[in-house]
Amino acid sequence: MIDITRNYDVLVVGGGNAALCAAISARKAGATVLIMEYAPREFRGGNSRHTRNLRCAHDGPTEFLKGSYPEEKFFNDLLNITDGNTHEKLARLMIRDSVDAPAWMYDHGVRFQHIQGTLGLAHSNPFFIGGGRALLNAFYNVARRLGVKVLYNSEVLELEIEDGTFRSAVVRSRGFTHKVQAKSVVIASGGFQADIDWLKEAWGEVAENFIIRGTPYNRGRMLKDLIARGAEIVGDPRQCHAVAIDARSPRFDAGIVTRLDCLPFSIVVNKDAERFYDEGEDFWPKRYAIWGRLVADQPDQVAFSIIDSRSIDLFMPSLFRPFRADSIRELGRLLALDPLRLERTVRDFNEAVRPGNFNKDELDDCATVSLEPPKTHWARPLDKPPFYAYPLRPGITFTYLAVKVDECARVVMQDSSPAENIFAAGEIMAGNILGQGYMAGMGMTIGTVFGRIAGKEAAGYVCR
Amino acid sequence: MSVAERPVVQEARRIMEVCNACRYCEGFCAVFPAMEMRRSFTTGDLEYLANLCHNCTACFHACQYAPPHEFDINNSRVMARLRAGTYEKYAWPGSFARLFRRNGTVISVATAMATALLLMLALTVQGKDIVLSLHQGGGSFYSVVPYRLMLGVPLVMVILATVVTVVGLVRFARGTGWNVKQLLDPELMWLAARNVLTLRYLGGSGDGCNYEDDTYSHKRRWYHQILFYGFGLCVLSTTAAAVYEHFLHWQAPYPITSFPVVTGTLGGVGILLGSAGLFWLKVKRDPRPQAESLLGMDVAFSGLLFLTSLSGLLLLSLRETRAMGVLLVLHLGFVAGFFITLPYGKFVHAVYRFAALVRFADEKRRNHPGNGIF
Repeated sequence: MIDITRNYDVLVVGGGNAALCAAISARKAGATVLIMEYAPREFRGGNSRHTRNLRCAHDGPTEFLKGSYPEEKFFNDLLNITDGNTHEKLARLMIRDSVDAPAWMYDHGVRFQHIQGTLGLAHSNPFFIGGGRALLNAFYNVARRLGVKVLYNSEVLELEIEDGTFRSAVVRSRGFTHKVQAKSVVIASGGFQADIDWLKEAWGEVAENFIIRGTPYNRGRMLKDLIARGAEIVGDPRQCHAVAIDARSPRFDAGIVTRLDCLPFSIVVNKDAERFYDEGEDFWPKRYAIWGRLVADQPDQVAFSIIDSRSIDLFMPSLFRPFRADSIRELGRLLALDPLRLERTVRDFNEAVRPGNFNKDELDDCATVSLEPPKTHWARPLDKPPFYAYPLRPGITFTYLAVKVDECARVVMQDSSPAENIFAAGEIMAGNILGQGYMAGMGMTIGTVFGRIAGKEAAGYVCR
Repeated sequence: MSVAERPVVQEARRIMEVCNACRYCEGFCAVFPAMEMRRSFTTGDLEYLANLCHNCTACFHACQYAPPHEFDINNSRVMARLRAGTYEKYAWPGSFARLFRRNGTVISVATAMATALLLMLALTVQGKDIVLSLHQGGGSFYSVVPYRLMLGVPLVMVILATVVTVVGLVRFARGTGWNVKQLLDPELMWLAARNVLTLRYLGGSGDGCNYEDDTYSHKRRWYHQILFYGFGLCVLSTTAAAVYEHFLHWQAPYPITSFPVVTGTLGGVGILLGSAGLFWLKVKRDPRPQAESLLGMDVAFSGLLFLTSLSGLLLLSLRETRAMGVLLVLHLGFVAGFFITLPYGKFVHAVYRFAALVRFADEKRRNHPGNGIF
């Protein structure tokens, strides 16, 4: 039985990777720790449950990584994908601390896959064996052995903060509302993506057509509470990690299996059967994270990726089978598009394709001429029936609106002073680093690095 | 045979299609790399994958879609059910397939009958006085059960069991759409044998497999291998004893320090420990990723091994007493039960899984030529 009337040293709000990194670090630094996880045990771990790898800098090949990924390269990649919209000091701190993250994870029971090529990430992202849920199991087991207390089905409703100092939290657990006192708090409760109403505030009604790829428990309650209590906010509420996923996905929690990797080999049309963006701009791992926003900007937030039988085996299979037809016109009918317009779009595309040497592993010379928008790589005519189509919708992974933190992961208040015993880690502060854009493994890197810092600092505050 | 596809096959296909879109578990075992070599799954493919699965349950505990998630992915359980289905489907002769249903009862009854029959034969043919009196020195066993009987009956049973098992194996390999000849490729056999000898696929990612919960442990691997090597030692011991007896004309019982007794004792103790350990783990295991309908088959098999070994060890320690006669008959009864039911019980898992491992080595070599070591 867990005693919640006791005054814990560190209260951790949330139960994902960042929360567990914080809890374990705080406990190892000597603090007593209580974790409040909103989800039931089976769904514990927030979006970490759906993750698979983290991004980390390293100087030479390891058992799990090829070559090297220098800190400077990591930083430049980050500048590139965020278009400079990052916090240099925090970003460099994260990159430096990412170096020993895999070893730390290994020491705490996480196991990594031997090198392989998936997504071309072999230089930068070690993969967890069994994915994020296996990682969470390992961390929860370590936490239990260390004596960290965990309460599931327990939602923190609000924080009581006096003069920038955390005093207690109001919690709903086991059917009752309690006040839980702690000497410091680490907030690692995720973004607000599962609160559709809040998404609508930012996006308007179109958010009704968004699919939430991860946990339904990330409702941004702590983020809202911290905003109300004077925490400084960074980022744009519309910025998020959004990809184009299969429109047939369930509304929440479908994770990785509804992502589609066929787009570079396809043409993508909107509901008017018109193309709207260069599908072959770059390799898919470098482009997948822009397509959620592209589809969100289309009428009814829907699009269709269309391929012919030439390309059907070029990409990873996904959850739902594609629509299939022997002619483009018939496919148009299946998709409830104007069949003649779809036929015209495909014909225009086919006529604009210049012959080239197709190579899916290179930025090849298969491109269109005088077509708007162009397709600059992997363009081949769609003329080999049967034809296939996957319907697309924006899939939101997590939002970037964040509480501002300093290098000790302390939450910065609106007067620019850091709160002395309030720390944040993971999605809720990811926007400090990710102003926009995304690259694979960033969420877990931010969670691991700032989770460890927050845990250590929270324990340090208590033991001071 | 154009019957409607069984629901377990449909469910296995559904799950494999979800898994193939995820692939997070590819580092655990051979099932997922084998799955990744396919985009669609025939019934034969699924049956092969089901026998490649060692039921380590790591994929269940790591699964982001495990129940209560709406996708309800429970690969370990469906693989176990399908695997049991293949034992039945490929059993030979076909009319014996039903022995795999209620297998625990079948094995228990067959063994009880074999034991009772032997006991009755001994008591009626040899008479109570011979069975219950003291026999000592060379040839004492044969005063209770005649030598020809003790050699001949098991020999016939072993040959029968081998023939039936091999036919089942060929039916399995053909039925799952594979070239049986590959089974005889020495390199592939060696690769598969290595996996068997180390039971690599209960080793998971280095920390063992899941059993009771989401923590990893090597316990099941250890218990299985103690049983496995114990069984091997007993086979060695029996073979050696047969050679002593038949070719060297040294009559059993042999001295405590003789090769058959030493290997038989070590092997017997191994079987006792291994089968008891596996049974204990079965009691404690997390039921969710298991097919509970298979419990009977598993328990009957390990129970029979346990009793065979226990009666053998008791016979060894009490062979100088009046209990020898009854213990000998009991032991032979259990051995007979074991061999009679061999092709229609849990033992076939060893055969089909070995075939699946050879096939996996074959597929791996085809997909990555020059990369025989994996």
